[in-house]
Amino acid sequence: MTRVDGYGRVDRTRTLRFTFDGVSYTGHPGDTLASALLAHGVRTIARSVKQDRPRGVTAVWSEDPTGLVQVEEPFPEPMLLATTIELVDGLVASSIGGRGRLAEVPDTARYDRRYAHCETLVVGAGPAGLLAARTAARRGDRVVLVDDRPAAGGSLTGTERICGRDALDFVADTLAELRAHPDVRILLRTTAFGHYDDGFVLALERRTDHLAPAPQGLSRQRVWRIRAGHVVVATGAHERPIVVADNDRPGIMLAASARDLLHRYGVLAGRRVVVFTSDDAAYDAAADLAGAGAEVTLLDPRPVRGDSRSGDYRRSRGLVLGTGAGPDGAISHVFTDQGELPCDLLLLSGGWNPTSHLFSHVRGALRYDAELGAFRPGEALAGVTVVGAANGTFDLAGCLAEGRGETPEPLPRTNLVLWRTDGDPARQYVDLQRDSTVADIARATGAGLRSVEHVKRYTTIGTAHDQGKTSGVLASAITAELLGVPIESLGTTTFRPPYTPIAFAALAGRERGQLFDPVRTTALHAWHVARGAVFEDVGQWKRARYYPLPGEAGGTEDMDTAVLRECAAVRRDVGILDGSTLGKIEVRGPDAGAFLDMIYTNLMSSLRPGRVRYGVMCGLDGMVIDDGTVLRLDDEGFLVYTTTGGAAPILDHMEEWLQTEWPHLRVTLTSVTEQWATFPVVGPRSRDVVGALAPHVDVSAAAFPFMTWQDTEVDGVPVRLARISFSGELAWEVSVDGWHAPALWRRLIALGEPYGITPYGTETMHVLRAEKGYPIIGQDTDGTVSPQDLGMSWAVSTKKVDFIGKRSFARAENRNPLRKQLVGLLPLDPTVKLPEGSQIIEQTAELPPPPVPMLGHVTSSYRSAALGRTFALALVKGGHARIGERLTVPVGGDLVPVEVTGSVLVDPEGTRRDG
Amino acid sequence: MQLIECPYCGPREEVEFHYGGQAGVAYPADPAALTDEEWGRFVFVRANPKGRFEERWSHAAGCRRWFTAVRDTATYRFSR
Repeated sequence: MTRVDGYGRVDRTRTLRFTFDGVSYTGHPGDTLASALLAHGVRTIARSVKQDRPRGVTAVWSEDPTGLVQVEEPFPEPMLLATTIELVDGLVASSIGGRGRLAEVPDTARYDRRYAHCETLVVGAGPAGLLAARTAARRGDRVVLVDDRPAAGGSLTGTERICGRDALDFVADTLAELRAHPDVRILLRTTAFGHYDDGFVLALERRTDHLAPAPQGLSRQRVWRIRAGHVVVATGAHERPIVVADNDRPGIMLAASARDLLHRYGVLAGRRVVVFTSDDAAYDAAADLAGAGAEVTLLDPRPVRGDSRSGDYRRSRGLVLGTGAGPDGAISHVFTDQGELPCDLLLLSGGWNPTSHLFSHVRGALRYDAELGAFRPGEALAGVTVVGAANGTFDLAGCLAEGRGETPEPLPRTNLVLWRTDGDPARQYVDLQRDSTVADIARATGAGLRSVEHVKRYTTIGTAHDQGKTSGVLASAITAELLGVPIESLGTTTFRPPYTPIAFAALAGRERGQLFDPVRTTALHAWHVARGAVFEDVGQWKRARYYPLPGEAGGTEDMDTAVLRECAAVRRDVGILDGSTLGKIEVRGPDAGAFLDMIYTNLMSSLRPGRVRYGVMCGLDGMVIDDGTVLRLDDEGFLVYTTTGGAAPILDHMEEWLQTEWPHLRVTLTSVTEQWATFPVVGPRSRDVVGALAPHVDVSAAAFPFMTWQDTEVDGVPVRLARISFSGELAWEVSVDGWHAPALWRRLIALGEPYGITPYGTETMHVLRAEKGYPIIGQDTDGTVSPQDLGMSWAVSTKKVDFIGKRSFARAENRNPLRKQLVGLLPLDPTVKLPEGSQIIEQTAELPPPPVPMLGHVTSSYRSAALGRTFALALVKGGHARIGERLTVPVGGDLVPVEVTGSVLVDPEGTRRDG
Repeated sequence: MQLIECPYCGPREEVEFHYGGQAGVAYPADPAALTDEEWGRFVFVRANPKGRFEERWSHAAGCRRWFTAVRDTATYRFSR
């Protein structure tokens, strides 16, 4: 045991049990896995990825480059830092060789998200951050204070004094004052990991990992989305090692980390300690470790200085050049310029790097400070203040002053900037996690790389979990040294979010599984489910695709069988479809007709109330973007049906033109998609069914002609009937408000019973429309297809002066007869169904050598009950002129011969629509 | 995540907005009078300056109103 009495803030009255690499250990509340292992003298906790070298704990918090472990219990999680895992009873972890293992069971923990708004966000609850928060709170700001540690106080060890009091008492009093403010929120165990525009900061709060067992109903992690008027970055600094040969062994760590282990956890990380430093701060570590009973030798390349803290340690001027290991691979001695020194702990300190990540995230420029040997914030950013060590101010009085908003006198620098000592570059590790050495940097610069960004990617330095917190500046400095250029001319690699690794589960929050995306269902969803419908996703909608019946062998019909049955039933008797997902937009106002004349390619203003017209919409480029029917409701009102997928985009499209080009038009646009349920009742017997539903309505062809609509009532409920057909059959679209939809649907099913009414899904709808050559926008078109290409010149007005897309039709390219045009394809073998997307080539018996000219592709392909064979729709170059020709469709290894036909394959004369 | 000032709703997060490209590109008074090239330029070609840019935005997840804003394309800062 290396636990020292009288030191540390862990609760030694309670004992926690945990397992590491199969061995049981104990620790105390307040420990981390790393401190508890070190308390037991376990120094090797990982092995390096590439070189399989033993590694221990190098730094004591999230900057540690080496101590990655695999957690097994309470829940498997790979590659966590032992230094940031708070010890809980029952923790099971193991060492890993660089790569962890993801859980093979679902994570049942909950992750969530919250928003916070404040005038001042302070990141870091060390002395500078606490005073900044207190200053803002006293000013009356709403304040959020976050700190990634379990307790406030930052790097304070408890040996300091603030305002004449014990520093930790000062911390506690300041926290108490902050907590008393109603508008101050203090978030501990919370890492601000990304800083974005306009004071937007993302922070991850770890809420339950330190509690065992984790309380039910509490999310494990929470992402805070904080919007702050002002961001105070008080994130401290990371100590920087000096690179020496074999500097990666267990038992080598940063000086302040060993000091932190002693004061925070009561752990003395070594008995025979060598401190190698070119900076005064490490003298505190030497003095404190000596005071706790260690035998400490301090080597400093600088001449003796008077302002270093004295203590019970030996100091001499000197350099550490390398290290040696004992049988366990951990450090056993150091080589110095004066000979060999036995030790079990080597502390390295070459100075401090301000933790300026959050300043850099928002493009704050860093400036190289040659005295400091580090990059620090080098410009003023609106809305951001950097204080304390993050600003390069390392003395406590200076930190407190900056926290209060004052500018302290900078202290004279006494440190010596020393990046590395003489030694074998191949054994001088720069990024310990990546096993990258000075020799690797030399290889990069030798290969001609001159930018630190390139060197980073070539050597992988700074790309591990720690993102180069301790190695980044060293890599820049050593690169500069090798290139013989000043470091300030190279700069550092770019700091990007996240500051520490963040689990995807936390970012996903609750938006996973069923909640990943909203699910939209129609008013009849329950009926479809009860009927055994198979659903397909159409955007966010769940649409019934087909309704399989029980099969002969006890199973259910497959899709092909069900769809052939549904298609036959519709063309023979009557079918019913839930078409409620179609987009519906009510266009209203004195200028509604003029507006629609510009939106549609055909004339809409001439439509009379009670009539229906099919229309096509194009973009400015003359390509089809949507189609559907338009009902004229009255003089100033139209009901526009869009495709299901077009509901939102077409409303946006209309709004854009109305607001930005034609603001003088007196028109309003209202989405009524959710308000109306629409059921096409389709087939030769639909007249009987609709007639029975609305006995007061004359449904004869003469009284209720095609493309007209009438309102009626069923049991006092308003119902709209419209003679619209998307199948070529006699059909009515029956519309009703959503509330009454289930009752009306059931009534139609009951009334249709004598006629064999068959509910059908989207797949049958697709086959029926394809048999008639009706395109599906987005399936048979892809944004490069004009109405003319679809054979719909009849839907393009030649009378209108202008409409969206009209001018494009006259462009030479749009008149090119070799444009791809929609045609039908009949495989010569009527049983072969072409895969949708298949390419089409000239007729051939043998595939010519590539490149093979492509003539087009199959857009829709089905088996047709009406035709008793397969068929397809396709876009083919110059297709309209090729009708009657034979072409070839390569499918897998086969060449399928097909005949080009017109796109209307069933009832081309249109004799069926009136029944 | 920038804040964008909607003239009708006030500052809102950028994800609520839809970008509409260059502002002030007038629909031709008589499209039929344009050559193919002129019409093609109107349909497809937009300015892409570095620096100050007048552009159209729609507060798509809010009031759904279109407005014109001036933004610096190098800094992303809106100037009004």
